[in-house]
Amino acid sequence: MALAQKFLRDLEAIVGRDGLVATPEGRLTYECDMHTFYKGAPDAVCLPTSTEQVASVVRLCLEARVPLVPRGSGTGLIGGAMAPYGGVMVSTTRMNRILDVDLPNRCATVEPGLINLWLTNAVKERGYFFAPDPSSQMVSSIGGNASTNAGGPHCLKYGITVNHVLGLEVVTGAGEVVRLGGKVQERPGYDLTGVVVGSEGTLGILTQVTVRLLHAPEAVKTALAVFSSVEDASEAVSGIIAAGIIPAALELLDAPIIRAIEEGIGAGYPKGAGAVLLIELDGPRAEIETQARRAAEICRDRQALEIRVARDDAERALLWKGRKEAAGAVGRLTPNWLLQDAVVPRSKLPQIMREVVAISRRYGLVIANVFHAGDGNLHPLICYDDREPGQLERAVQANEELLRACLALGGSVTGEHGVGVDKAKSLTLQYAEADLNFMARLRRVFDPQNVMNPGKLLPSHPACGEAFQPAGTGRLPAGTWV
Amino acid sequence: MSIGSETQAAGRLGAFDLRDPPDMDGIRACVHCGICLPQCPTYRVLGEEMDSPRGRIYLMRAAAEGRVGLTRTLVHHLDLCLGCRACETACPSGVPFGRLLEATRGQIARRAPRPLGERLLSGALLGLFTHPKRLGWALGAARFYRRSGLQRLVRATRLLAPFNRLRAMEALLPATSPGGHRPLPEVVAARGKQRGTVGLLLGCVQRLAFPRVNAETARLLTWAGYEVLIPRDQGCCGALHLHTGRIDEARVLATHLLARFGREVDFIVTNSAGCGSAMREYPHWLGADRDVEAFALKVRDVSELLAEADLPLQRLDLTVTYHDPCHLAHGQRVRLEPRKLLAAIPGVRLVELADSDLCCGSAGVYSLLEPEMADRLLEWKVQRIAATGAGILATGNPGCLLQIARGCRERGVAIEVLHPVELLGRALPEPERNGWR
Ligand code: SF4
Ligand code: SF4
Repeated sequence: MALAQKFLRDLEAIVGRDGLVATPEGRLTYECDMHTFYKGAPDAVCLPTSTEQVASVVRLCLEARVPLVPRGSGTGLIGGAMAPYGGVMVSTTRMNRILDVDLPNRCATVEPGLINLWLTNAVKERGYFFAPDPSSQMVSSIGGNASTNAGGPHCLKYGITVNHVLGLEVVTGAGEVVRLGGKVQERPGYDLTGVVVGSEGTLGILTQVTVRLLHAPEAVKTALAVFSSVEDASEAVSGIIAAGIIPAALELLDAPIIRAIEEGIGAGYPKGAGAVLLIELDGPRAEIETQARRAAEICRDRQALEIRVARDDAERALLWKGRKEAAGAVGRLTPNWLLQDAVVPRSKLPQIMREVVAISRRYGLVIANVFHAGDGNLHPLICYDDREPGQLERAVQANEELLRACLALGGSVTGEHGVGVDKAKSLTLQYAEADLNFMARLRRVFDPQNVMNPGKLLPSHPACGEAFQPAGTGRLPAGTWV
Repeated sequence: MSIGSETQAAGRLGAFDLRDPPDMDGIRACVHCGICLPQCPTYRVLGEEMDSPRGRIYLMRAAAEGRVGLTRTLVHHLDLCLGCRACETACPSGVPFGRLLEATRGQIARRAPRPLGERLLSGALLGLFTHPKRLGWALGAARFYRRSGLQRLVRATRLLAPFNRLRAMEALLPATSPGGHRPLPEVVAARGKQRGTVGLLLGCVQRLAFPRVNAETARLLTWAGYEVLIPRDQGCCGALHLHTGRIDEARVLATHLLARFGREVDFIVTNSAGCGSAMREYPHWLGADRDVEAFALKVRDVSELLAEADLPLQRLDLTVTYHDPCHLAHGQRVRLEPRKLLAAIPGVRLVELADSDLCCGSAGVYSLLEPEMADRLLEWKVQRIAATGAGILATGNPGCLLQIARGCRERGVAIEVLHPVELLGRALPEPERNGWR
């Protein structure tokens, strides 16, 4: 939908000339996040620098009934930061200041566009860190992490983003600026911070985030256990968890991923291995030594070929660089891929990995695996080439079959990436109609006019509240929904 | 709409023609992960997707798919790119951004009309910077301008203030006169036991703005045991042409340069990061040819050869910091050697500069064409340099030397800005005497 000239002028009056992107070329680059499968360019992009500007933009859109789409660094994997119905995208990249670091109370307040890793970088010399570490942490924003309730390798031990957000400042879909939670966790009333974390911009736009900082552990030990097959590695994961060890991280990487990492980054993963487990233990030195011995025994029992321990911080950092940039390195394997993000109870890991292998064979497509094994959170990457006829269709089918297999084992349709447009329709597989209706009603409390991030998070099933209809049109704009 | 449906109908690749179009496999290697974003200077300043590597690649892709033309807006976002290639270092997927940019700029230079003023300016700059004779003449005029007191007048009255680009050019003029060096001989013998023979590239800007850097380079190489050949009439390596999309001109210059350096040399040595990085890319632009490939494999930054040598360095009590030239750190992946060399001087305390590999804004002729962005980056650079407390900043590229020296001078940061070889030269037992040894 084209925006009226007057509307654009009003936007410009709020964010200034250099805070507004209205050219077709500029808007085009905002049409997708890392999930490039879903495309929808906004009609304008705003780059506000303050809460007041965000609130004014929301109120303006509310009045004109123009959809609003928040965006952080655009690294999401679910088609969250794209505009299926056009409208105004609000990019928080210029709101990236650290407003307050309160070490005695172990927390910090930041603007939503701050890059995750920059917070840890700012406090690590004083012995602190921000625990949620999605693989994209070197670029993704804390606002985006909170909005999708992101996970990450170290969430196995430390918990996901919601466990680290103490308070929020939010401009709701009704245009109000509200403060939820705060530095002190024990507060009267509803836990609305928990409601808004993970709401993917459907309730409002975050303008400040107060997060918990943790004290860095006394010691860290990182090891690679090398296996000849994914199954042996999965058995080892179940064994480690069953033994009551809670590693800081427990990641499984299979042969195609190892190849991509070694070609792209050269991080010292053993080429030719069937699978590796990246195991990290942290805590008091004596305790992790005992745990490390026990974990090594378990791996050897499950036919580990070799166990290598990172000798120093540089080696550890390199292993993690390889792991965290793995998704980016997949470009070395394949021109296109679909990434699934599903969860199975971790005892079912060996079973689901056998399924993955079977599905890969059935569809004749490489499926590369790199995931948080300790959580049972899978990230199979289904590789395809869109220039080969039929491959895309096969990839989509394989993807759906995988999801169903996870659910059949008692899993969840999404682990840590969120719902976005990608998983919205799958929610009906997991929730009853009454549950979905309840969520839709909650959404209306924050966003009575249905302007906040339409098309995301909840399925637009008539039972869950009417689908969003942009004023004047009933059709999707060109370029949407490939 | 389908993805990846580039139209190769009728000898075209969307908005590109088939004369050196950007490589589609390179474009498609971008998985849109965004890991490069925080490393990109223009993204750091603006926070905008279309001024980020990911966004620029997306625009190239959209152009190849025929979704956008080579419009003024598209050209503007590509103009704003510094070509610093920090995104290439960051990219886990191996996107060859530098080549994609050069190819796209080549198409733009040939096919997207620019206003006359812009064309004249960039043409004049290239004509100046890549022709040592003209540059020499211009620098002579500049020296007159400075000595006659005109410069002080212009600076004091801020006469040039409204003319951003002229002002930028004027401000770059080094504060001290670089002139007065005898030309280097064609052959300089090694000292002591000879390790090998190298050919020295003088560089268009280096030989005029910083003749001492070339003299010191030759002198240090001889101390390191190399015989140094300095072919006359080398011409220009073509780096600036390549970066501004004048690919065919770059090819002509490269071919000439190649012929001037005989096969008998073991290495081609340069002390100018931009030249080194362009010469390593020759095989890509000149095609698979054994001589071209052999040449490219012999290219070395002077720091690489000196870092392996055992120089008799004497004590200099100094605190030094180091700025990574983009075309050394990102273009040639040389980071450790210059640091190792500086730290090898007894008494030198090397302190790390924050964001040492973030572009200073010089980027060839960029600081003259996009002075506003260049100034913002320079501002950051100078702040971080001042925070180190060092007395000397070392960096191995003439563009960075000019830009950073200007930034520090204008902002009153008292620090000496030197090429690493100048500092090493001071640590040699015999001082350099206005010549080559
Ligand atoms: S890091 Fe590489 S793959 Fe990722 S967005 Fe940047 S250029 Fe593309
Ligand atoms: S070359 Fe430099 S300025 Fe251009 S996109 Fe890459 S990082 Fe950004």
